[in-house]
Amino acid sequence: MTKIKTVADLKRIKDEVQSKIKLRENSDHPEQIVQVKVGMATCGIASGAKETMKYFVDELEQQAIDAVVTQTGCMGYCYAEPTVEVTLPGKDAVVFGYVNKEKAEEIIDVYIKRGELIDGVIPITFKTIDD
Amino acid sequence: MDTVQLTIDNKPLVVKKGATILEAAKSIGVHIPTLCHMKLDDMNIENKPGGCRVCVVEVEGRRNLAPACCTEVAEGMVVHSHSIRAINARRTVVELILSDHPADCLICAKSGNCELQDMAHHLGIREIHYKGEQSTYREDTSPAIIRDVDKCIMCRRCEMMCNEVQTVGVLSAINRGFNSVVSPAFEMNLDHSVCTYCGQCVAVCPTGALTEVNQTNNVVRALSDPAKTVIVQTAPAVRAALGEEFGMEPGTLVTGKLVSALRSLGFDKVFDTDFAADLTIMEEGTELLNRLTKFLEGDKDVQLPILTSCCPAWVKFFEHQFPQLKDIPSTARSPQQMFGSIAKTYFAEKMGIKREDLVVVSIMPCVAKKYECGRDEFKVDGNPDVDYALTTRELASLIKLANINFSRLSNEDFDQPLGESTGAGVIFGTTGGVIEAAVRTAYELYTKKPLPKIDFNELRGMEGIRQATIDFDGFPINIGIAHGLGNARELLKRIEEGESNFHAIEIMSCPGGCIGGGGQPYHHGNVDILKKRQMAIYQEDGNKKIRKSHENPYIIQLYEEFLGKPMSEKAHQLLHTEYFDRT
Amino acid sequence: MTDYKMHLLICGGTGCKAAESDEIKKSLKNWIDELGLEDDVQVVFTGCFGFCEKGPIVKVMPDNTFYVNVKPDDAEEIVKEHLLKGRPVQRLLYTDPVSKKAISDSKGMNFYKKQLRIALRNCGFINPESIDEYISRDGYMALGKCLGELTPDETIKEIKDSGLRGRGGGGFPTGLKWEITRNVESDEKYVVCNADEGDPGAFMDRSILEGDPHSVIEAMAICGYCIGAENGLVYIRAEYPLAIERLKIALNQAREYGLLGEDILGTGFNFEIDIRLGAGAFVCGEETALIHSMEGLRGEPTFKPPFPSVSGYLGKPTNVNNVETFANIPVILNKGASWFSKIGTEKSKGTKVFALAGKINNVGLIEVPMGTTLREVIYDIGGGIKDGKGFKSVQTGGPSGGCLTKDFLDTPIDYDNLIKAGSMMGSGGMIVMDEDDCMVSIAKFYLEFTLEESCGKCSPCRIGNKRLHEILENITNGNGKEEDLERLKLLSNVIKDTSLCGLGQSSPNPVLSTILNFEDEYLAHVNEGKCPAGQCKALLKYEIIEDLCTGCTLCFRNCPVGAITGERRQPHYIDQSLCIKCGVCYEKCKFNAIRLS
Repeated sequence: MTKIKTVADLKRIKDEVQSKIKLRENSDHPEQIVQVKVGMATCGIASGAKETMKYFVDELEQQAIDAVVTQTGCMGYCYAEPTVEVTLPGKDAVVFGYVNKEKAEEIIDVYIKRGELIDGVIPITFKTIDD
Repeated sequence: MDTVQLTIDNKPLVVKKGATILEAAKSIGVHIPTLCHMKLDDMNIENKPGGCRVCVVEVEGRRNLAPACCTEVAEGMVVHSHSIRAINARRTVVELILSDHPADCLICAKSGNCELQDMAHHLGIREIHYKGEQSTYREDTSPAIIRDVDKCIMCRRCEMMCNEVQTVGVLSAINRGFNSVVSPAFEMNLDHSVCTYCGQCVAVCPTGALTEVNQTNNVVRALSDPAKTVIVQTAPAVRAALGEEFGMEPGTLVTGKLVSALRSLGFDKVFDTDFAADLTIMEEGTELLNRLTKFLEGDKDVQLPILTSCCPAWVKFFEHQFPQLKDIPSTARSPQQMFGSIAKTYFAEKMGIKREDLVVVSIMPCVAKKYECGRDEFKVDGNPDVDYALTTRELASLIKLANINFSRLSNEDFDQPLGESTGAGVIFGTTGGVIEAAVRTAYELYTKKPLPKIDFNELRGMEGIRQATIDFDGFPINIGIAHGLGNARELLKRIEEGESNFHAIEIMSCPGGCIGGGGQPYHHGNVDILKKRQMAIYQEDGNKKIRKSHENPYIIQLYEEFLGKPMSEKAHQLLHTEYFDRT
Repeated sequence: MTDYKMHLLICGGTGCKAAESDEIKKSLKNWIDELGLEDDVQVVFTGCFGFCEKGPIVKVMPDNTFYVNVKPDDAEEIVKEHLLKGRPVQRLLYTDPVSKKAISDSKGMNFYKKQLRIALRNCGFINPESIDEYISRDGYMALGKCLGELTPDETIKEIKDSGLRGRGGGGFPTGLKWEITRNVESDEKYVVCNADEGDPGAFMDRSILEGDPHSVIEAMAICGYCIGAENGLVYIRAEYPLAIERLKIALNQAREYGLLGEDILGTGFNFEIDIRLGAGAFVCGEETALIHSMEGLRGEPTFKPPFPSVSGYLGKPTNVNNVETFANIPVILNKGASWFSKIGTEKSKGTKVFALAGKINNVGLIEVPMGTTLREVIYDIGGGIKDGKGFKSVQTGGPSGGCLTKDFLDTPIDYDNLIKAGSMMGSGGMIVMDEDDCMVSIAKFYLEFTLEESCGKCSPCRIGNKRLHEILENITNGNGKEEDLERLKLLSNVIKDTSLCGLGQSSPNPVLSTILNFEDEYLAHVNEGKCPAGQCKALLKYEIIEDLCTGCTLCFRNCPVGAITGERRQPHYIDQSLCIKCGVCYEKCKFNAIRLS
């Protein structure tokens, strides 16, 4: 371990290690940040939900967007898998279907970053256990 | 000097900053009762754990009552020392203490001298409202001191004496809550501990929890045995204190009455330990001169400084704590043991009494002397040179028992040959006395000139550690004096660290020397009593015609008839001893 | 560095560890590795979550799923279902006792809703053995800020402005204490952290040291900077092995980073911390006794003044604060005095951690803003009284606090209100009693504790408490008299008035407060020979109801002392002079024919 010799050192270390628990910090106040839930039931996984989720986690991290990406169970739209539910701070949740890598990129660029709706929204017709 | 203005019991007063409420109250004659607190002014000895809570007083503006003994005065403080609240609390606290105290006052060794008894009387306690379990603990009997901890009130005075003043560190509080007692570590018995039997714990114990082993019955039995010749020796400090037991002013010399009382008690001969003190000076002084001479001749192996060895608690102290220094003290036995040895040889032969038919009793200001006379090296075929050592207090109780009206006794003289002594022998009873006596003799033997001045005021006083340089006709002799074992430890450390350039050091275990011994009448924390006893000792010295040990005619006779000369082979055998590593 | 998609927090507090949380962690880790999730899921051993009633706790983040009463065997299902498939394991979720609905997100649990965690901010959130995780949560920033930007006086002013008061029980203003110690001239000073938590059932300080040791280390260094000390000592009881271990790890990490030692952060400030183990004596929580114990002397208090601020460890000025007090310091300095002083009541700022125990549903460790009412703590956070029983009393302030009745339930908790109500804040013990508790026995129980833990130095505490206990014993044995109540009050007041330290000055509180609030119960004992709560054995009587007894002889055959007689198929009879009130007959009887009166 290298010694921390100045306050600036300390701050630098803090920035370095912050990502370690950022997930925990963010999920402590999920309502203040972007929440992304990826349907990860058998149908979702078969349709590539794992890759989609990984893409969200990596991309949001890379673009320094404070977000919490969680997995959730089957949302009932097995025909449209992978499905992703996105909640922007202060807004209702929106569910997108057929989210492959390209769609995910679009969701991040257009909906998450600019707040503009895009195609592929599935109307929500049920409640999750979290409601 | 900074002062503080306050009010105690509606009386305004000004006292110096840092004073306690207790001291402030005392200065205007307000007596606040205390139990655990004890202070020996000028001697740097104070016990104020604030534990008994008897001295609690009401201080306006404070939530709780304040212990007067450890609460410092503050500007504008308003104190009510005897408000109903304070009195009620005080009585309740004393009742509580009494509820955990055996009610065997009738046969308690401390009856009449017990501070708890006095307190109950002072507060007019006629009923103990709290009854319940009493804490019990086994009794611990040692050769000199009995611990009856059931009577301990946790005042911690003994602990303070043992740890802070004597630095022996045997006694400390153990266990918790109701089961707390003062005890040696691991609850070992006193005789397994490093206790020196100095008896300072006994001297300050307010109750009967710590007392000396009482041997008055053994002495009475010996006196009533027609087959025995019973002789007695009495130590110098006894005559300066015994009167107190009979209501006399502290510092009253009662030498003549003491002799008379002992004779009335039936002792066959009444002798004086002072005689043996003179003998000690002959041996110890010669030893000092021998070592000095060798030193001056360039002998590198000679052990200097020489340390006195009259005090049995001090001997046991260095045997436990500084065994590496056991070659430094003089090998001369203490006066008590020199007396016993001479009595059971020279005197017995002279009188034609068989050793086993001669009983030697000593009256000592000391409890450690009880232990000393039981040491194996002071016995011949199991028969001790000194059979029983009684304390000054035990003697007083014997005198009372025999219905002797002490204050009306006439003055009588000691018997001969072991009753004649010089002023030098007398001053053994106070700190600085032994070394002054040694100097008086050593000076004349060394310089072959008479002393220009007999009183060495530079060696006298009550300071814990003192030093002086005496001019031995051009050769400066550096003298050190310590009383109290904590001070002794301090001096020994200096010797070990090579800081000292002393030639001779006197050490006494008890504060003040033997006048403050553990077997003396209780001083109850009044240091003036010690000072007055000291004055009495010097007064007795001044009254003596002969004031140098080597001029004692009976000492001269003893050497001529029996011992030869100081440090002779016979003297070695009878008057010297060896020390043991007790670690 | 791996970016984990999920964090699995497992409680590593002493309570959950005792319930095999080590095994759970191992098992979870095995399944995660088995299923190849090791790059996605981070497993973190944290400090206490506080909800000890339902431990061991496992929390899954980011979705905040809160699993309770987890067993090592549950690991497989958690990993396979939740981590892999995103389906929370329903049977391990917490069920709200009122709505009977399973609650997945811990944020939805009443236990946490009314809590505000400042001192416990990192407990159950970070890995206490990782200094990086502490730093990432603004750790050591307060120290950096003080050393870099603030003078000691400015720092002390901030603490004073925050209104923080000592959390050990006394409630002395912390900033003022620091200032006093700072103003004493000395070549050497000490910072002491009092971690000698001794109240029965209390574990506030233990949890902080187990869950967030760095917060205490940082605060002690700040204190050292403020008062001019280069040495700190943590006096911690040897019965806290886990806290000691975590503290040692944390100290080493801080040293390795140079956050302890010489020239900290290049500012020339030196500070080192040592650990001193205590042997678990309650009285050593008193600061002078604590200092004596550290010096190798008997742990007993001495009269104050001199206060430790003037003459403490080795006779040097010493600032003693308890663990929880220290844990508040870094937050105050990071967020500002004004932020802190907005929380709480007028004279008691911030929050207080309590160890909730007794007849309450949610036993555990909680932290609430000062001013929260006892009712909120007991009913909302604590989930009310166990087994649907009625509330009788709540005891705050540890063994020497008072027992408060339902009339005080709406008292906002703060230092002054609790004293006004006849109890005290203490270090944070809170024990709830229900209708089955006998208040005389409760008073006796607490006195037994103080009796054991008294150092024995001063007479009123040493002997007085013993006598109080004996009187109470008499009462519960049916030998009490009405005048005993007066005697108890009288003696209690003298003990409070004359004892040397806080232990004796407060030990009679349970007696006084139970007499004040539950006098009827005392009177029932002494006048009617009855224990209304049915707890005092000596006052109980087992009787056979003749009409219901079938003479089956079951009781007769089971009575260990042969106190029951009777013919087969005839009503039996209990000889009261022989009965030892063991209750076996009562339990064995199939016909409810045995009555307790």
